[in-house]
Amino acid sequence: MSTQTDTAFGWNREQMAQRAALDIPNGAYVNLGIGIPEKVAQYVPEGREVIYHTENGLLGMGVAPEPGQEDPELINAGKKPVTVIPGAAFFHHADSFAMIRGQHIDICVLGAMQVAKNGDLANWSTGAPDAIPAVGGAMDLVAGVKTIYVITQHCTKNGEPKLVDSCSYPLTGQSVVSRIYTDLAVIDVTEDGFVLVELAPGVGFDYVQARTGATLIPGQQLAG
Amino acid sequence: MTMIDKRIDSVTAAVADIFDGATVMVGGFGEAGSPIELIHALIDSGAKNLTVVNNNTGSGHVGLAALIENKQVGKMICSFPRTANSTVFPDLYRAGEIELELVPQGTLAERIRAGGAGVPAFYTATSVGTPLADGKELRNFQGRDYVMELGLKADFALIKCERADRYGNLVYNKTARNFGPIMAMAANITIAQTGSQVEVGAIDPESIVTPGIFVDRIVTVADPAQESKLVAAGRSYP
Repeated sequence: MSTQTDTAFGWNREQMAQRAALDIPNGAYVNLGIGIPEKVAQYVPEGREVIYHTENGLLGMGVAPEPGQEDPELINAGKKPVTVIPGAAFFHHADSFAMIRGQHIDICVLGAMQVAKNGDLANWSTGAPDAIPAVGGAMDLVAGVKTIYVITQHCTKNGEPKLVDSCSYPLTGQSVVSRIYTDLAVIDVTEDGFVLVELAPGVGFDYVQARTGATLIPGQQLAG
Repeated sequence: MTMIDKRIDSVTAAVADIFDGATVMVGGFGEAGSPIELIHALIDSGAKNLTVVNNNTGSGHVGLAALIENKQVGKMICSFPRTANSTVFPDLYRAGEIELELVPQGTLAERIRAGGAGVPAFYTATSVGTPLADGKELRNFQGRDYVMELGLKADFALIKCERADRYGNLVYNKTARNFGPIMAMAANITIAQTGSQVEVGAIDPESIVTPGIFVDRIVTVADPAQESKLVAAGRSYP
């Protein structure tokens, strides 16, 4: 048995998803992006009924099927096998994106390469000349869904800030992000810029500021 | 008296008049809804310099990826040309041997729907302020900027459904529906491969997803190949 003190520092991927899930209200229609955002569904608190949309054409997406029960014609936007809940509906692609572009979906949670202090999001291309450009539904989601949440590591693998004054990568959408969940903090995008509303365990404000490419404003919850 | 009968005996006959330079919409999102037997028949036909509309660019060396690999496609119109299991499109694209028109997925769907509905263009907030809006007309409605996008039509659509009758009324299977109904509307000639054929009247009119007016040919493929299984087995076509 270790005698070292087990001091928590920051949030891991599961905990980031868990924290974001607290902000998914009862009755919401939600679209979850690939990666950490997908994990949000397993952490929505008991007693809340949430309907998951997947843009390839399903409302009422359920959990992954048991091994051996996969159906190649029942998949999600990440092309992984899924199941349906009772009350689910299938529809074609134009209807599915009318749900998105017509502002019928309440919340979208997705990943980011960069978020600017005005809510600009870059998450589809680094602009590298040899890259194969691929956008999928990201631009439709951020332009059409009522509330956009981002889950991302606070910095890149090279330690570069992902929260910045202005995005250097090509944009996915302008002024679209409302809130960002990172491994270090929860940060709101406001008219004044980034407001740090919650710190992960063991993390201080200055530590987060040093790893952010724009000024952080301490939220009221942190004051005093 | 000639009865309305859109049934065709073989996939070969169904695609025989697809000509060089045609625009062909191909249904499917990944392998779900991909009309793989019709695509393979198109490979056999040899039609070339095609413009193909699909969300992706296929995977492995079968289906759409094989059509591209066989150098029959001059241009892809799609939203997500990368896949985990295919190097076919990326290699040709990097070599400058295939053209790409990248379209946001919802804009792609709406352009197809508009094309099928006789709407030549429309405005959308999607892509405003991004490189994909470059060169396109912007217009402000009620304080928000929108970009103009053009409706998209095709000479042919190849789609996959679960059930069909001789009128061409179609029912799909789960998320394999995806682009089928709108591509059927947008193409001059829509060719549907169906898992089964039923008598006219056997499909509840309340349950018909694509009304037969949008469909020109149906061909039965009772036991369609599964793209992921072919890829896993290392298969290629032809």
